[in-house]
Amino acid sequence: MIFFLSFVIFLIGLYCVVIKKNLLKIVMGIVIMEYAVNFFLVSLGYRKDGVAPIVTEGVKEAKFVDPLPQAMVLTAIVISIATLAFIVAMCIRIYQRYHTFDVTEIRKLKG
Amino acid sequence: MWEIYALAFLMIAGSIVAVHTRYLLSAVISLAVVGLSLCVTFLYLQAPDCAITQVVVEVIALIILIRAAGVEKDLLEIKGKREAFAATATFIFIIVFAIFAFAALTHLPKFGYPVMKVSSEYISRGLEETGAANLVTSVLLDYRAYDTLGEATVLFTAILGAIVVLREIGRKEK
Amino acid sequence: MSPYRARKEGMTNIVKTISKFVVPPIILFGIYMVLHGHLTPGGGFPGGVIMASGFILLILSFGKEVTLKKLKVSTASILESTGALIFLCLAILGIPAGGWFFVNFLSKGYPLKIISAGIIPLANIGIGIKVMGGVFAVFFTLVVFRISAKR
Repeated sequence: MIFFLSFVIFLIGLYCVVIKKNLLKIVMGIVIMEYAVNFFLVSLGYRKDGVAPIVTEGVKEAKFVDPLPQAMVLTAIVISIATLAFIVAMCIRIYQRYHTFDVTEIRKLKG
Repeated sequence: MWEIYALAFLMIAGSIVAVHTRYLLSAVISLAVVGLSLCVTFLYLQAPDCAITQVVVEVIALIILIRAAGVEKDLLEIKGKREAFAATATFIFIIVFAIFAFAALTHLPKFGYPVMKVSSEYISRGLEETGAANLVTSVLLDYRAYDTLGEATVLFTAILGAIVVLREIGRKEK
Repeated sequence: MSPYRARKEGMTNIVKTISKFVVPPIILFGIYMVLHGHLTPGGGFPGGVIMASGFILLILSFGKEVTLKKLKVSTASILESTGALIFLCLAILGIPAGGWFFVNFLSKGYPLKIISAGIIPLANIGIGIKVMGGVFAVFFTLVVFRISAKR
């Protein structure tokens, strides 16, 4: 059931990327899609009545949550700053060149 | 368990507001709500590493988006016949996509009972083979260190690309 | 009167005073999180981002000239490359020491001590330096460019 809800968030982000005309709204749609995918991956590894996968002293055997999706999501979250910075850098250059964020205007102008 | 569902509905509401509002600054603030409730959701899903990284990265992403959104005011969507057709077509496509995806998502293992073929080995032998108490770090830097090397390369390349795009050639500050 | 207060750019005096006291503990907390990456939640990546956000607070509250005296952008780029090179050297040193690429060749030590787990603390330090340099450099470039693009 949680997987359906995370997929709904992904679909909202996808709708925003396809429909909207403002360039910054499209960037926000991409950010929403990234949040949805990270949510889905971490919820894949949840174990019922599990604890965080960190060994403390004195505890012998504990039910640990799956640590593998958490490592992958950590990587994905850090990469998303770098790609967001790159996308926003390109948007700033586009604004400097065409003086608008409207996608239909940018498609029309040439040179 | 009900907390995760409540936070997921809060995220859905926040993202719908972020998509539909006209002012860009309000959209960025709704995005902040989505990100912070995702951080609390990670804490309920017993993932403290991901929660720390999510909140710190989200603050920097918000600062970058606010600086970019401050340049331009809001943009009105022009309603016409072409735009209405595009909106309905997208909506129908998304519903078809959702039907196929929901039919596929039922084949995943039930939420709370994952199939841990590889991770049971990592959990049972992680501490004595690597010596690290944090199992996520031992997976990230010992068992799967090659992926971390790839991620360091991607980070370096994307930051290099962002700095090169914004270089001012021939136009110096007086 | 201190020269930082007399400048026109940046934020108000209250923000400048508070951030003068808060930025060193932030950077110290980032260093703590990088060094204890194998014992507590965290590690190299959030620790590096926290260290960079200390300097970002300096940019936002004092302006860019004051921050450039503390950490130039060229220094941040050199730091980023150095962190990546540390990580890569640790990986290549595994070949003569252990047999294959990226083997954990230092001693494992006792668990839950800070000097344990082989090369994991050193790799965390390399990644922390890399992420700090990278995030600070890209943020500074975005902010400075926006200021000069405003007409």
